[in-house]
Amino acid sequence: MQRLQQDFSASVRYPDAGRPVAIIDLQGEVNSFAESALNEAFGVAEAQEPEVIMLNFSAVDYINSTGIALIVALLARARRANRRLLSYGLDDHYEEIFRITRLADFIGVHPDEESALQAIA
Amino acid sequence: MVDLGDLWKRIRSRRDRELNDEQAAAPLRSPQTLDLAIAPDDPLVHYFQANPGVVDMDALTLDSPALAALREADVRLVVPLVSQGELIGMINLGERLSEQEYSADDRQLLNDLAAQAAPAVRVAQLARQQQQEARERERMEQELRVARLIQQTLLPRELPDLPGYEIAAHYQPARAVGGDFYDFLYFEDGKIGIVIGDVTDKGVPAALVMATTRTLLRAAAERLSNPSTVLERVNALLHPDIPPRMFVTCLYALLDPATGRISFANAGHDLPYRHSASGVEELRATGMPLGLMPNMTYEETEVILAPGESLLMHSDGIVEAHNPAGEMFGLARLEARVAAHQSGTGLISDVLSELAAFVGDEWEQEDDVTLVLLQRSLWAEEEPMVGDLSGAGATEPAPPEWRLLATFSLPSEPGNERRAMEEVAAVVAALPLSAAKLERLKTAVAEATMNAMEHGNQYRAEEPVTVEVLTNDQSLAVRIHDQGGGAIIPRSARPDLEAKLAGQQKPRGWGLFLIENMVDSLNIHSDESHHVVELIMHLSSGEA
Repeated sequence: MQRLQQDFSASVRYPDAGRPVAIIDLQGEVNSFAESALNEAFGVAEAQEPEVIMLNFSAVDYINSTGIALIVALLARARRANRRLLSYGLDDHYEEIFRITRLADFIGVHPDEESALQAIA
Repeated sequence: MVDLGDLWKRIRSRRDRELNDEQAAAPLRSPQTLDLAIAPDDPLVHYFQANPGVVDMDALTLDSPALAALREADVRLVVPLVSQGELIGMINLGERLSEQEYSADDRQLLNDLAAQAAPAVRVAQLARQQQQEARERERMEQELRVARLIQQTLLPRELPDLPGYEIAAHYQPARAVGGDFYDFLYFEDGKIGIVIGDVTDKGVPAALVMATTRTLLRAAAERLSNPSTVLERVNALLHPDIPPRMFVTCLYALLDPATGRISFANAGHDLPYRHSASGVEELRATGMPLGLMPNMTYEETEVILAPGESLLMHSDGIVEAHNPAGEMFGLARLEARVAAHQSGTGLISDVLSELAAFVGDEWEQEDDVTLVLLQRSLWAEEEPMVGDLSGAGATEPAPPEWRLLATFSLPSEPGNERRAMEEVAAVVAALPLSAAKLERLKTAVAEATMNAMEHGNQYRAEEPVTVEVLTNDQSLAVRIHDQGGGAIIPRSARPDLEAKLAGQQKPRGWGLFLIENMVDSLNIHSDESHHVVELIMHLSSGEA
């Protein structure tokens, strides 16, 4: 049952949304093991100077408090660069956690990619 | 040195001279013992003591039952054996074999005999008395050894290891072994029974009654949940069999560690002291000692031992200890020591030091001294963090008892919080818990386990985190134990997200906040060596 670092991966893509958008597809568990991969992916996304960065949680099955802290750090980083941060694909439970932690006040929460992209159109 | 053999030869040769050969060849009639009890106030005793020398029974005119008895036994002469003014024996002579009167020579010989025999008899009596006393002392020592053995075998060898509480006990037997006892009873629902008692009398009888009482208490407590009915049952069983004039004082307290609720009943034992923020109070519940009278009922009282509060139970061996001036230690001194200790830590040693100073070095301890201290550790905060497990004040009916569904331990290794989460989820799968609540519970379990591994056990793999899952059919409890302790887990403030985003605070610090918001109740117990985080979720049969 030992969970290893490989349980998290992140990749970046740039959808054709009419404006500079980067989507980071997250996969696995967002915890302390995810830190370097997540920050690296965020750096890749920022390299294209997107106005909006979207975090796709559709394939994430676990976020813990360390993961929340990583997202807070990403949010702070995005705000410093005047970039919007959006999220989609969170399940009901983690959506609730985003509300409780007030991350939802700063990160748009959307059910899926389509609605997220519509929100910035 | 008196030579009784020489005296005997003189008597024998004199007899032989007076008798013919045939008579002399006959064996000397063997002396007979006259079994005669003489009252110490019999006038004859005073007469013998005042008039040493041979006494002719026929010549006496005393109103004496002893004299009448001696005459009845055909005693003619009595030679009192008086040593240091005390009558220690008598040589009683019947009629002479020759049927002649006793001559003046005979009387002189008897007086000489008495003068020499009395001290010898006295020495022999003293020697025999000493032997008897030595045998009696040995018997008593043996009895004390047996009593001590019984008592010490039956006293608890270990103190309860109760997260969130500190329990201490001190037992100091008097030389005569006074019959004090204490006991801890463990129940499946996590409750702990605490017993302190004192049997009247000392030695083996007290030890045997103590052993019986302990057994009866354990048996009754196993079947009956209320301390009052437990004592009622023990009294009913003990009363017909307890020796006359013996009884047992006994306090039985039942602690629910999760809530601090203590229900107790008291069979005439010294009242325990509770030390709370409002001061020191005696906890009362009325009831007669066990074994004294049949058909007794016992009052039952409930208190909540709040975090930081302590309860001291004691036996009368302390308050009734005397100093050389004859003063008693007294309740006031004991109460003052309790009041002087804001927390119970060190209270027992303080009471014992005070007692030692009071009674002085030459103290011969009159009775057993027994102290049992229950101290509830401080919570993370002065108030329960989100709702107490009891959910209400002491007046509401007690919730159903907790049943343990599962317990498991995990090494403190990064990532193992997922295992805790998944194991708990599997254990509670059959319980009526909505999908949303199950997800919240999983997150809370994972966060609490992570804290336990990281902050409690410093991620030392060999120090496990233990998880217990319990239910009382109304709620579900998950208790997560670590080996940390000492440092109190701080109450979480709502994290300041703006400050974190502005770089004024670190991004971390969400764990406890998340836990609090995931569960219906959160209790945190800390003591010197452990933390226990207790997560409560209310169950609902209406939920999917």
